[in-house]
Amino acid sequence: MTPSVLVLSVLGLAIVGYFLGRQRALQAAARDGVKLHSLPGYYGQSVALFTAVPAFFLLGAWLFLQPIAIESSISGKIPDSAIADAGARSLIMVDVRRIAKGVSLLIEQGDVTENELSDMSAEVTNVRAQLATVGVALGSDVSPVVFEAAKEYRSIELSGDFVRNIAVFLVALGFGFWAWARVQPRMRARNISETFVLALLMGSSMVAILTTVGIVGSLLFESVAFFKLYPAEDFFLSTTWNPQFRGGSDLGFLPLLWGTFYVSFVALALAVPIGLMIALYLAEYAGTTLRGFAKPAIEMLAGIPTIVYGLFALITVGPFLRDWIAQPLGLGTSSSSVMTAGLVMGVMLIPFISSLSDDIINAVPQAMRDGSYGLGATKSETIRRVILPAALPGIVGAFLLAASRAIGETMIVVMGAGAAAQLGLNPFEAMTTVTVKIVSQLTGDTEFASPETLVAFALGLTLFVFTLCLNILALYIVRKYREQYE
Amino acid sequence: MTDLTAETSASASHKQNRSLFEVGERTRKRHASERRFRRLGLAAVIFGILALVGLMASILSNGLSSFQQTYVAIDVFLDPAKLDKNGNRDPADIQKITTFTINPLIQAALKKTMEDRGIEADGVNAKKAFEMISKEAPADVRRYVLADPGEIGKTVSFELLANGRIDGYYKGRVTMDSAALDRNVSPEQLLLADKLKQAGILQSRFNWSFLTAPDASDTRPEAAGLGVAILGSAYMMLIVLVLALPIGVAASIYLEEFAPRNRWTDLIEVNISNLAAVPSIVFGILGLAIFINFVGLPQSAPVVGGLVLTLMTLPTIIIATRAALKAVPPSIRDAALGIGASKMQAIFHHVLPLAAPGILTGTIIGLAQALGETAPLLLIGMVAFVREYPGAPPEGFFDPASALPVQVYNWTQRGDPAFVERASGAIIVLLVFLLLMNAIAVLLRRRFERRW
Repeated sequence: MTPSVLVLSVLGLAIVGYFLGRQRALQAAARDGVKLHSLPGYYGQSVALFTAVPAFFLLGAWLFLQPIAIESSISGKIPDSAIADAGARSLIMVDVRRIAKGVSLLIEQGDVTENELSDMSAEVTNVRAQLATVGVALGSDVSPVVFEAAKEYRSIELSGDFVRNIAVFLVALGFGFWAWARVQPRMRARNISETFVLALLMGSSMVAILTTVGIVGSLLFESVAFFKLYPAEDFFLSTTWNPQFRGGSDLGFLPLLWGTFYVSFVALALAVPIGLMIALYLAEYAGTTLRGFAKPAIEMLAGIPTIVYGLFALITVGPFLRDWIAQPLGLGTSSSSVMTAGLVMGVMLIPFISSLSDDIINAVPQAMRDGSYGLGATKSETIRRVILPAALPGIVGAFLLAASRAIGETMIVVMGAGAAAQLGLNPFEAMTTVTVKIVSQLTGDTEFASPETLVAFALGLTLFVFTLCLNILALYIVRKYREQYE
Repeated sequence: MTDLTAETSASASHKQNRSLFEVGERTRKRHASERRFRRLGLAAVIFGILALVGLMASILSNGLSSFQQTYVAIDVFLDPAKLDKNGNRDPADIQKITTFTINPLIQAALKKTMEDRGIEADGVNAKKAFEMISKEAPADVRRYVLADPGEIGKTVSFELLANGRIDGYYKGRVTMDSAALDRNVSPEQLLLADKLKQAGILQSRFNWSFLTAPDASDTRPEAAGLGVAILGSAYMMLIVLVLALPIGVAASIYLEEFAPRNRWTDLIEVNISNLAAVPSIVFGILGLAIFINFVGLPQSAPVVGGLVLTLMTLPTIIIATRAALKAVPPSIRDAALGIGASKMQAIFHHVLPLAAPGILTGTIIGLAQALGETAPLLLIGMVAFVREYPGAPPEGFFDPASALPVQVYNWTQRGDPAFVERASGAIIVLLVFLLLMNAIAVLLRRRFERRW
């Protein structure tokens, strides 16, 4: 029985429970001649909740924990001698899982029976060829140890699934029956089911915390594993980035950091003045028609997925910059460059800056403008000497938020900035950023024990810390220095 | 700053020739700077709009052609001597035929068609002429034969895909000059293509298979389609909707209506606003570390992508829902409480239905964001080459699939420039979906918006 069928049957039980609970309450009330404390539906609801929710919790936890438990017990049983020639325990475990899955498929198709399987051993049977017929490809021939482990994996998994189904059903039936048996007219069914619902609401709000814990936990855990394999001072201070998948790589973080800041700088140098001018013009000068048209048009830029900007950088901006600026000036021949990624990212950030600044500029009270005009100032003088200083903290906040976006942006730099890790000043050369390297270290066939892969988690952690600091700083500035007007 | 302060500091001579009707040097300067500032602002607005127009124009001009495709219409004789040697029409036997068996049939058909129409192939031999048909064509014919073995022995008219280079010739991507340098196509072939086109053998028409077919390998850009990617994106959106909407609404109800103001709820709120600002790629790392490495869910599966996107979308939905709940006036709650409803009843029976349109629009906008998100999906392996359609949900959630934005990225990484056209075409499809979703959100808001 697959988990989805299990979920559906528990839901079915809950619905049955609802009607049984409701009926029991009504019958008891009619028999004893007393009034129900709550509406009859609440009696049913409490039974249904007690049937479904604990069972779902158990199922979720089981689905989460069973693979981990099986993994550790099986991997402990594989002798070290088997690992020596395959490289790493994790690789063997991948094979074990694949074989177990393939064997299940074979049995499903009727090619092998359970009894045949227990007699099968890797030496006499060509397991690899047989598995290939069901679409499970294995890199090398199966060693007997691994095959035995796979068989055991499968049998534990099967019995685990069986026990899980039984346990979930028992929990659903048990809690359901208990809730049903408690139903009597005097029971405060509404209060019970409302408390239950409140607990569920509270639980949902915890998902945000759990996500943060998950992010920080996974980043920290894998980064620690990385720094055990690779010295931290080399990571933070070395100026060469040269990963070799055979080992012996230089994983200096500085070139990536430099690329990230350079691209972000170009992006902000474009986005901040233009975004700010757009906000000022639309707020102070533009008539209602222009504003009604231009504001949504520019905000549309914010709703476009970053992959679209990436493609724009790749097929239009990059070749344009190369053919019209970089090559005539002799600055470079690459269509992916800091300038390409920076300019396109700047366009992406314009609406971000303009709409945040627009709100802040609109919050400056009219009396301050009128005062300035009354003294004879022109509009631009009022803007420069009165409105901008008043709105400055908010604008700095918007700037910082845009900066954190620019640092964390991935698709534009992956497609526009290139992959060459170097510390250069020429903006028409390809450079690379932290996010580009996270993608390139983690895509493709990777094995999760080498520093070349784990470095991505350390990079992710640095990225997370950087953007977090910028966000906190931005919020702090906005909150602390924001002028409160009546 | 003003005339008044300027006057006090100005010299006496300046004062003498002053008239209200005469614009002084200083005033002129100030007015000029005013005009400059104003023009600068207008230029910025125009730049912003031009950027949008340029972006759209670039994508449309590159991508619209992917919806057109060149086909070769020929009658292929399905030779029983080759397709069914035993002559028993046994599907198991026919299953064994390969594209190598079919290639000569198509080649012969093309040759015969050209001879019938009297088309001279100057400098193009039969093999080269056959190369003008896509490598996907024999697979199409094989599929046709397998679906209906009774057709063997008949002459069937097929519309087969033309090779990507020939297709590109009619889209302006391949020219005579570039063909002269290209190993895969020669100028003679292009001349022949023109003749075939005049004879009506080569036709261009709307390319449905771009929307329905699965991805194709590097050498067959003309056959690559978005079918698997659209299905994968749809599965992920379904998971996001089913998980993020209830969890997000429940969390917002708790925070907005029930939560006491204390450190704990402060912590939750800080977390939510922080998650909204975390770079999307970090969510990909989370998905890889927790869902794939720790829990052992399969790579490239919509279920992992859906979970990651759910976590990313939650803050958006929570923020929108809280705003919608806040917008419901307290008098409604008070009235419900006043006639004896419990707090839970007041919220679920009265406040939530009134806030529903706002919640819905927020959800659609969150889904639209999730639909376009790429970076985290790269990390959980959704860039893999997937040719098989995933199965029906819920089991299909665990099958490998692609997603629209990742398919775009995947195609841009390929060598053949024909894939750039495909990628832009895929972006158009993505943007159409986004436009539809946003239009629905705007419509809902218009339809249900109320002011209290």
